[in-house]
Amino acid sequence: MKPVTEVRSRTAVLPFENIDTDRIIPARFLTTTERAGLGRHAFNDWRYTDDGGDNPEFPLNRAEARGCAIVVAGRNFGCGSSREHAPWALLDYGIEAVISSEIADIFRSNSLKNGLLAIVLAEAEHRELIENPGIELAIDVAARTITLPDGRAFAFALDGFARHCLLNGVDQLGFLLDAGAEIDAYEQHAA
Amino acid sequence: MSAQTIIDKIWDAHLVRAETADTPGILYIDLHLIHEVTTPQAFSELRARGLTVRRPERVLATLDHSTPTLPADAHGQRPYASKDAENQVRQLEANCREFGIALEGWDSDDRGIVHVMGPELGATQPGMTIVCGDSHTATHGAFGALAFGIGTTEVGHVLATQCLLQRKPKTFAIHVDGRLRPGVGAKDLILHIIGVIGVGGGTGHVLEYRGSAIEALSMEQRMTVCNMSIEAGARAGLIAPDDTTIAWLAGRPRVPQGADWDRAAARWRALRSDDGARFDREVRIDAADIGPTVTYGTHPGMVMPVHASIPAARDAQEEKALAYMQFGGGRPITGEKVDVVFVGSCTNSRLSDLREAADVLRGRSVAAGVRMLVVPGSVRIKREAEAEGLDAVFTAAGAEWRDAGCSMCIGMNGDIARPGQLVVSTSNRNFEGRQGPGARTVLASPRVAAVAAVNGCITDPDTFLEHAA
Ligand code: SF4
Repeated sequence: MKPVTEVRSRTAVLPFENIDTDRIIPARFLTTTERAGLGRHAFNDWRYTDDGGDNPEFPLNRAEARGCAIVVAGRNFGCGSSREHAPWALLDYGIEAVISSEIADIFRSNSLKNGLLAIVLAEAEHRELIENPGIELAIDVAARTITLPDGRAFAFALDGFARHCLLNGVDQLGFLLDAGAEIDAYEQHAA
Repeated sequence: MSAQTIIDKIWDAHLVRAETADTPGILYIDLHLIHEVTTPQAFSELRARGLTVRRPERVLATLDHSTPTLPADAHGQRPYASKDAENQVRQLEANCREFGIALEGWDSDDRGIVHVMGPELGATQPGMTIVCGDSHTATHGAFGALAFGIGTTEVGHVLATQCLLQRKPKTFAIHVDGRLRPGVGAKDLILHIIGVIGVGGGTGHVLEYRGSAIEALSMEQRMTVCNMSIEAGARAGLIAPDDTTIAWLAGRPRVPQGADWDRAAARWRALRSDDGARFDREVRIDAADIGPTVTYGTHPGMVMPVHASIPAARDAQEEKALAYMQFGGGRPITGEKVDVVFVGSCTNSRLSDLREAADVLRGRSVAAGVRMLVVPGSVRIKREAEAEGLDAVFTAAGAEWRDAGCSMCIGMNGDIARPGQLVVSTSNRNFEGRQGPGARTVLASPRVAAVAAVNGCITDPDTFLEHAA
């Protein structure tokens, strides 16, 4: 994983609650055996019209949302399945951070492992971002803050280890492999 | 030592290294279930790094999601939904061969939906840590195991090290006291629970279902309940093992044998939350309050008693959901015309579920214009159902009797509904487009689903069966 230290972008807002992983990437695109190339199916059934054109109703299709790397979404984003295809699709689509007042556990864990910032804010702060689409935010991973254009900073919680992995591009599998002797000892003891 | 919950006990027993402020714990995984959809990229990663599978005997593989439920043609060609779907199945076959993993594949009598097969084989056992690249892994919690879904990166971690990096989850006790009314089942119960705590209500927690109504459930019913823990946002949900659990597991192919079985059974019986153990959250539900329950919206927390009126939208979110469902707030849900009925999925595809649906269909027909699919959860269930003539009941009624797999629960194999069609489904997710683009899903028990098939519209099973009897 590449290190992720900061994300600066205007926000695009998806004001809907409970955006599930079937919305983010419908199941019929999960037959791939690769990680790459899922971006064109991100939000597929929402983003395109039946004839394959861009759906003007989909907030991320609006001109002002184009190129935004930060999505602010309604409560309980990423609920549903464990498919890691969801963060893969979002990253490939160009999204680097998702902000909500609640993010589903498995989606959040999958996202952080792929360098997609999945950030939970307090409700009032979240509401402010939902109500003000298009503002420029600066997310600082080391400081665990989101800075607004007026200079205020919203703090967010991020597990110390997840932060360390993001900042340094740590390979978590490597970390586990380094614990090989302890795993051996556990297995001998448990046997 | 202070009083502990069953979750604490299983957690502590599997710590290879305890967590600190700076690092998560290293948790040992006893059983790793895999299927074709969420594993190819994990095996590719192993291959790229020159790694092997640390404990292949602790991995069990099946084919379920992308698999056709119609038989192969005369040349042995199966009707895959796409080349990609077929390729995904072939990749899992090849990966299992290469890495020495047991695969219950096309030729196996044990193949089934991953969460149906594990328990059936007795691979799922009390006290275990169980993971799978699949959010409904919570199903295995019915046996008093700590079982949860993981992503593909973590599938790679477990394949290579048999371990996961984890922070300890919070605990949440769901007490269900009293007795379920006749004709009210596990599906009604779990839909009701999700309605009470909400779709995000369990986030960050592991649920323990407790109380007299839970203890009275059969293993099949417990699996239905634990299965949908994720629909309340919880990664896992479990029920303490008891005599029901042990009797169900006895004699299954993968359980310990002889004296080992006796020792294991004694250990399992002792595995429960201590009196006075503290949970981070608790909620109490009275079983007598629950009737036949269905969803009316586009997430599993939008539930209602089937006899009631559809709740009016309280906000823009619910308005959007009702518009998608083409339902009007304040109107009854009974009478809504049904296009497709699906009985299947890891929630409700076990023999008892098929019997429940067959009991309604016996001597009756699926209404004209309604398509009904019945898809057993495993090859073994299919055989057992056929041995007692359930297939004949379904086909005589005009339903389609299929081969085992996930089928219309997720629609990856091509079993989907058309845009706008209303599906009454015994599966677990009513998200927009889950059962096909534009398809509308009402989640229900096998009984409610079967009654809807016969009547051609959503119907209160209590009044329907009373009149029909
Ligand atoms: S039946 Fe449905 S929920 Fe269960 S494993 Fe298959 S796709 Fe997932």
